[in-house]
Amino acid sequence: MNNHKPVGGKILTKPFMVLAFLALIAFILIIKRFLFGIGSVTNLSDGYPWGLWIVYDVLVGTAFGCGGYAIALLVYVFNKGEYHPLIRPALMTSVFGYTLAGASIILDVGRYWNLYNMFWPKYANINSVMVEVAICVASYVMILWIEFSPSFFEKWRKGGTPTFVKRFMFVFIAIGVLLPTMHQSSLGSLMIIAGNRLFPLWQTNWLPLLFLISALTMGYGMVIFESLFSSVILHRPLEISMLKKLSAVMQKLLVVFLIFRFGDLIWRGEISTIFDIGFKQSMFILENALIIIPMILLFIKNKKSSPRSLFLSASAVLLAGTLYRFNTYLVGFDPGHGWHYFPSVSEIMVTLGIVSVELMAYLVFVKKLPIMPAIQHN
Amino acid sequence: MSKILNKNIPKLNFKDISNKYTDQMETNGISRREFIKFCTAIAATLSMPYSFASEIAKSISSSKRPTVIWLHFQECTGCTESLLRATHPTVENLVLEMISLDYSETLSTAAGYQVEEVLHNSVDENKGKFILVVEGSIPLAQDGIFCKIGNRTAVEIIQDIGPKAAATVAIGSCASWGGVQASFPNPTEATGIEEIYKMFNINNTVINLPGCPASPYNILSVILYYLTLNKLPELDKQSRPKFAYSTLIHELCERRPHFDAGRFAEQYGDYGHREGWCLYKIGCKGPETYANCPSILYGDVGTWPVNTGHPCFGCAEHGVGFSKPMHEQASIFSATPPVAFPEIEENKGFGITPGAAAVAGTLAGLAIGAGAMAAKHLGNKSQENEE
Repeated sequence: MNNHKPVGGKILTKPFMVLAFLALIAFILIIKRFLFGIGSVTNLSDGYPWGLWIVYDVLVGTAFGCGGYAIALLVYVFNKGEYHPLIRPALMTSVFGYTLAGASIILDVGRYWNLYNMFWPKYANINSVMVEVAICVASYVMILWIEFSPSFFEKWRKGGTPTFVKRFMFVFIAIGVLLPTMHQSSLGSLMIIAGNRLFPLWQTNWLPLLFLISALTMGYGMVIFESLFSSVILHRPLEISMLKKLSAVMQKLLVVFLIFRFGDLIWRGEISTIFDIGFKQSMFILENALIIIPMILLFIKNKKSSPRSLFLSASAVLLAGTLYRFNTYLVGFDPGHGWHYFPSVSEIMVTLGIVSVELMAYLVFVKKLPIMPAIQHN
Repeated sequence: MSKILNKNIPKLNFKDISNKYTDQMETNGISRREFIKFCTAIAATLSMPYSFASEIAKSISSSKRPTVIWLHFQECTGCTESLLRATHPTVENLVLEMISLDYSETLSTAAGYQVEEVLHNSVDENKGKFILVVEGSIPLAQDGIFCKIGNRTAVEIIQDIGPKAAATVAIGSCASWGGVQASFPNPTEATGIEEIYKMFNINNTVINLPGCPASPYNILSVILYYLTLNKLPELDKQSRPKFAYSTLIHELCERRPHFDAGRFAEQYGDYGHREGWCLYKIGCKGPETYANCPSILYGDVGTWPVNTGHPCFGCAEHGVGFSKPMHEQASIFSATPPVAFPEIEENKGFGITPGAAAVAGTLAGLAIGAGAMAAKHLGNKSQENEE
């Protein structure tokens, strides 16, 4: 199975240095956060205890990291072997997305020194959705690194991946498919608890399902986006035929998502809320427009095979999922009179730094480890 | 409901109070009602059942009069004063008449050789039967010359009288462990009674009633307990009666809810101080001092130091009162307060700042730009592929 190859090339390029600079700024701010507390860096308050770090780094970060989950679902559950070449790059984005999401939790929890209690059965509150998410995400990070380990073995071990790892890999793949199903839906359950503090356009008992479908669409979107974007920056040939098929899967999921989304709004009789013009309504329209645009783009036959419209659709889907999470957790959330929240500059810089670290790691891994499918020279 | 209550609570029986005693009460101007109220209050202080009040009443009115010898050493007579100046002095008079107070420097009308003779006669007559009350510490430096009565030093007096008593009550912080005279550098080497007894191998039970002054109700309760049950109350490791010294002041303090909520007076006269918030931060020693002040209050006028706005200075606790600086924060044995408390008025956050808007805008612009460039490249690339 040695059909993956390192891309090669120089590591310390100009974009890499810019990213490193951004990561350095974030690192300094993180030190400040640990020395002077979370209030010195963020605009978080009792009304808005979850801000940019939770919504972007954890919710959006793990949803972006659903590529590995979405492709594994296709390859191993629906037995579509043709997508196998995509699995390693997809797994890699998952590894970064989840690992950094897990790490950013430590920044975001005010009393981080109590975090270990979650894994201590004596102290864990097993009825809490948050514990479910935390334990699930933590174990999934480990599972992802195990799933990703063949890349390291092939690089550094003579004879590649050891046989026992190969033999038991199916166990980890199975758990690796189960875990995201659990926590991606639980991330939606978290906001059901907010009750009527969440605007009716977003508050529904279907939140877990909507979050799960949305995470899957984002997973496929991320795989398409990553493949196309890397072909531009790393000057690689396009994998159009495979991406085209993948986009069809994504498109179907988008339809399912919209049916549930609007069906639920009609069922609850909240559909008319959209027409009371306001900021929240505009955000709702923008969020759904970003889902409808790629659907239309992908329906037009001759556009379907165009890498540009594939790229735009994937970007729109990623943006839509991001916006859906921001809307559910921040825009649609109103903790009561007088509370305001917008991330502070340092908060944004830390998130930017985390994204930079992710991109830097991506560049290093792709260039040094056998991740990308080997280029077929005909 | 009322039936059940009547069943469970025994009726007080004050019939046994002897006629002789009722006459005595009348001559002292005490009504029967006042007398019963006093007995009930003492029973409550001792944490004894309601019915115990009638037992107290009985023993007060009985004719046995135990001898009490009250010695004063290095002290300010504050404990005696607080006992005499409680708001129902007539009842205290009663107690003093009930016991045979054979010797007390403050209360004796006699003086000089006359009163010394009374002391010696009484000690010899009642050997092993009298209660010795000691007020004040005993100086040991330079052979104890700092305190002399009837040409004898305090050490000599206690060595003579101490072994002959049935029990010794050390009233006030001075007698308990040296009190204010024992604070650094303790020039007279002031020492408490219990330590003196240990030093000179005097075998006698000591009941310490620290406090500056000791709460009058605690001494009355000890004496009445002894008279009623013919034994001494249960004592803790520092020989203090458990009924009075088993709870931290902090636990029953009326300002405790403010402590738990994080509302503190930061300095005298500030907003929190005027509002009656917790005095912990200005040095209240309540969290490390064991005494029943918050429950029985002082001087029977319904107040005590913390109530008037002054932090407890730990007078009843050895190693706290007269040793720790007045405004040093107390060590806390039970719940430690967090380093920082939430503010009363929480910051509710503010909207978007120009800086954050600029950063967010730049990032959004960069992302859109990068996306557009990638899309453009992809367009070109697909053309190349087709060619």
